[in-house]
This record gives sequence, structure tokens and C-alpha cells, in this order.
Amino acid sequence: MSDLRALYQEVILDHSKHPHNFRAIADASRRAQGYNPLCGDKVTLYVKLEGDRIADVSFQGTGCAISTASASILTQVLKGKTRDEAAALFERFHDLVTGQAERNGKGPDLGKLAVFSGVSEFPVRVKCATLVWHTLRSALAGNEEVVTTE
Amino acid sequence: MATAPKVAKPAAGAVSRPAFDVARVREDFPILKEQVYGKPLVYLDNAATTQKPRAVIEAEEHFYLAQCSNVHRGVHYLSEEATRAYEDVRAKVQRFLNAREAREIIFVRGTTEAINLVANTYGRKNLQAGDEILITAMEHHSNIVPWQILCEEKGAALRVAPIDDTGELVREEFEKLLNPRTRLVAVAHVSNVLGTINPVEQIIQSAHRWNVPVLLDGAQAAPHLEVDVRALDCDFYALSGHKLYGPTGIGVLYGKAALLAALPPYQSGGDMISSVSFAQTVYNVIPYKFEAGTPNIAGTIGLGAAIDYVNALGLDILGAYEQELLRYATDALSRLPGLRLIGTAKEKAAVLSFVLDGLHPHDVGTVLDQEGIAVRTGHHCAQPLMDRFGVPATTRASLAFYNTREEIDALVKGIQKVKEILG
Repeated sequence: MSDLRALYQEVILDHSKHPHNFRAIADASRRAQGYNPLCGDKVTLYVKLEGDRIADVSFQGTGCAISTASASILTQVLKGKTRDEAAALFERFHDLVTGQAERNGKGPDLGKLAVFSGVSEFPVRVKCATLVWHTLRSALAGNEEVVTTE
Repeated sequence: MATAPKVAKPAAGAVSRPAFDVARVREDFPILKEQVYGKPLVYLDNAATTQKPRAVIEAEEHFYLAQCSNVHRGVHYLSEEATRAYEDVRAKVQRFLNAREAREIIFVRGTTEAINLVANTYGRKNLQAGDEILITAMEHHSNIVPWQILCEEKGAALRVAPIDDTGELVREEFEKLLNPRTRLVAVAHVSNVLGTINPVEQIIQSAHRWNVPVLLDGAQAAPHLEVDVRALDCDFYALSGHKLYGPTGIGVLYGKAALLAALPPYQSGGDMISSVSFAQTVYNVIPYKFEAGTPNIAGTIGLGAAIDYVNALGLDILGAYEQELLRYATDALSRLPGLRLIGTAKEKAAVLSFVLDGLHPHDVGTVLDQEGIAVRTGHHCAQPLMDRFGVPATTRASLAFYNTREEIDALVKGIQKVKEILG
């Protein structure tokens, strides 16, 4: 029960019900799709780059509370970041949700993303949290293919 | 509601079929005593796979402890013993399905392989460019993809008969899709998502008027309904052992002898030949023509034990109990605000797919899991069906005869907890 509360924190539930930046970007410089065939989650991520910097980022799609909240928070934390900063953040986020950060004894300073620490207790839900991040990586790499979590 | 109190076994000489006693039956399934996160396991994922009674587990164990040998090969005692046990199960399956002959029973890995076998033999042999295969909108991927691949290879077309909002086949549309180009009808006997029991007698009669053979995907039907392939007059019937309280990796394809005999082999190798030279190979007779290589002997023997087990309880009695439980569960779930059942056909097996307003099935499944309740969430290998109902996924509770009203009550409580946590 306490694990469930740690997974479904208020912040996550708020974002899943009222996602931020849930829209298309008409003049996006990059667009990528992610798909989790296990649960049918689909996400389309739009990125507008100005030079090396993410000027705007948004998403659309359907998904569970974890994947929707993850996409919503991603769009908040990435605005204004450089591509390298975004890649580094994914690494640390991945370590957080897979429990790697805890095993390494590092308490990563992830700001808003820290609400996803509860995911590490639910291995089958890691893909829900990381789907949009994989999609981001694909968007930044300029891949047109749909990213799947399988 | 309390389950029937545990009663003493009937005295010797009593009828061999006592009234159904779920508490006593549960004793036969060791896994049902397991705990999950410190809570009693509530196993409601029976359409994915069923649990195994001790008799099945012991039959497999006995094979490895006392009978292990290859079949159809040795002259020694153990090989004869293994062959006898293996072929006994073929006769058992023949009786279970009321097939005319034992050689109409082919052992395969499961329903998926059975359908692939028909696609690769019957389909390859009989399909030409411009021909059609007719399925329905409620098929499992395993009754869609083999036909898609075949149609692509042959330049044939896959036609899909629609279903209505309750999850019933639209019969008139199905009839309209039958035509002189139709080469095969492949239909689920029971839908794995909706629970719909299809009107297979009528489907078969209609198809036969066009001289079109019919394959029934019986994966979800064989565990819950009495199947009589001769009364149905179906041409192929596929089922999986593991959904019938038997082991994984064993299934059955029934085919009419005349149809099977005319088909080319499926896989090739040992056992499926009668003579081999480098110039020419003569194939074995049915069913062996379709059973290349060493089969799943232990699994087959386990399947035999599973059939004995359900026969002893009586599939009619088990089915009646499941229907009663389905009514109870349907009433209980329908009372929950914000819950929508997907699949409300008049004729249904004990499957309850549902969606909850504003809640994603994956989150529902996680919360239920923490309560010890095993359900399936997702698209259930039926993505076109999810599209038909406009949902990305559902939560599915699928029942078996060892489930109880208390377990349905636990599910209802679990769903209330889902709303509490995610609401």
C-alpha cells in the first residue's frame, strides 16, 4: 500500500489528469512516436530546436498515469535545455526508475523528476516511465521510425 | 455470499458425480493456496492460462519418473509404454471432441501452431490470387496474422466480418461476405476478450452452403463448453492444453480425415515419413505426417490427465457453475459507477473485460496486483478489437470453475481501492 502511494504520488496523478504541454507544435523541428505494445500506450513528441537548445517541447497521445505524467513533466523540465543536457538527464532519470541510482548510493538531484522514484519498486512499470524519454532520444536523433519499448 | 460448506466425500457406492463443491475442487489446485504480497492469490487470468490440478502435475512427473522414453521408435519396454500412454491421449482427445477417428487428432504446441499448420498446408495448397479468407472482427492475433501472411504470399484477400456494440457477430454481414472466392472461414468459437460465444453451427452451415471449410479457434471454448466436432460439422478445430488445465506447450488440431489426408506435410523430419531415400521420400499417414520430430510427450500425457480431470467433474456442471459466477460478477461490476463492460453478448463465457472512466487499465492492473488479484490488462492480442471499441486497452477478469463469489467480491473491493488511490 505504501509502495502504491509512493508510485502514484499526488504530483503524478495531477499531471496524468491535467497534462502540461499536451498539444502539437505546428513548426516542430523534430517529431517522433513512441509505442508500448504491452499496454497500448502511444505518444507523439514534438521538439522545436533553436540551435542546440530545446526552445519548445510538447506531446500528444494516450497512456497510463505513469507514462502520461512522465511525458508531461518531461516537457516541463526540458524546455531551455541543450541536447547534451537532455541526454544526461535521461541517463539519470533511467538510473532513478530502474533503482540503479539507489544501488549506487547516489541521491540524484532530479528536481521534479524525483517523484518517479517509486517506479523502481514496480519493474513492469519502468517502461511506462521511460517511453517518452526513448521517444525524445529518437526525436533528437532525427529518427522517423516508431520507438517501441519491446 | 458464502460458498457451499465443505462436505464429506460421498459414501462408497454413491453416484460418481457429486454436486459441484468449489471448496473441495480448490483443494486439487495447489497454487491456489499461494499468497501474493501476503494476501491470498485471487487468480482471475484464466483466459491467459489456467492453473493445473495436482493430477496433471503428477502425470507429467510420473512420465519422467517411470515412463520416460521416446515414442514410435524403440522396441524396448519403456518406449512401448510411452507410446501407449501418448496414443491413449489421442484417443482421449478424440472422445473429448467426439471426433470420428483418433487419426483426426494432431498434437501441436497450441492453438497458434494449429492455425499456422492449417495456413501452411491447407492454405498454401488451396489459395490462389484473388481468393479470400473470411474471419471476424473479434479474432485473436493468432487467427489474423497467419492468414495475413498467407494472403500476402498468394495475392489473396482477408475479409473481416463486423461485430456490433455488444460484441456479437453481425450475421447478415457475415453472410454477405461469403462468396465463390471464399476458400476458408476461420472464426473464434469463444472470444478471448469479449467472452462472446459465436453461433458456430450457423456459421458452419452458411459456409458449407458455399462449400467453404471452417476452422474454429477453440482456445477459449474447449475449457468451458462441451465441444462436439461431428455435431458442429466443423472442418478444423484448434485448442490449447494450457487453457484446459493442462500443461503449456501442448495443443490439438482436429481435422476431418479426408481433408487432412489430402494436405501436404507441415514440418518435415523424423516420424512424419514412411520411407526416405535421397531420391524420394514417402510421407507417413495421418496424423503422423503432421508430427515431425519428437513430440511433447510429457505434455501430451499431462493433457490426458487434464481431460480426465474435467470429465470426472463434468464440463456441463463446470460450465453451469461458471455461468452462475459470471452472472454474479456481471451484476457486481455493473453496479460500480464509471465502469463499462466491453462485451455484453447474450451468449457469453465467463470473461469480463472492462474500462473505468479516466483510469488506464495498466494502472488498474498494478493496484489490483498489490491486492493479490491477477487480471490481464492490455490489448489481449486483439488490437483490431480494441480499435473497434475505441479503447487502447481493457482490464480483463476471466473466470474458471475454481473461482468463488468471495473472489469476485475481492475484485470489486480492489476496483474501489483503485478509485481511492487513482481517483
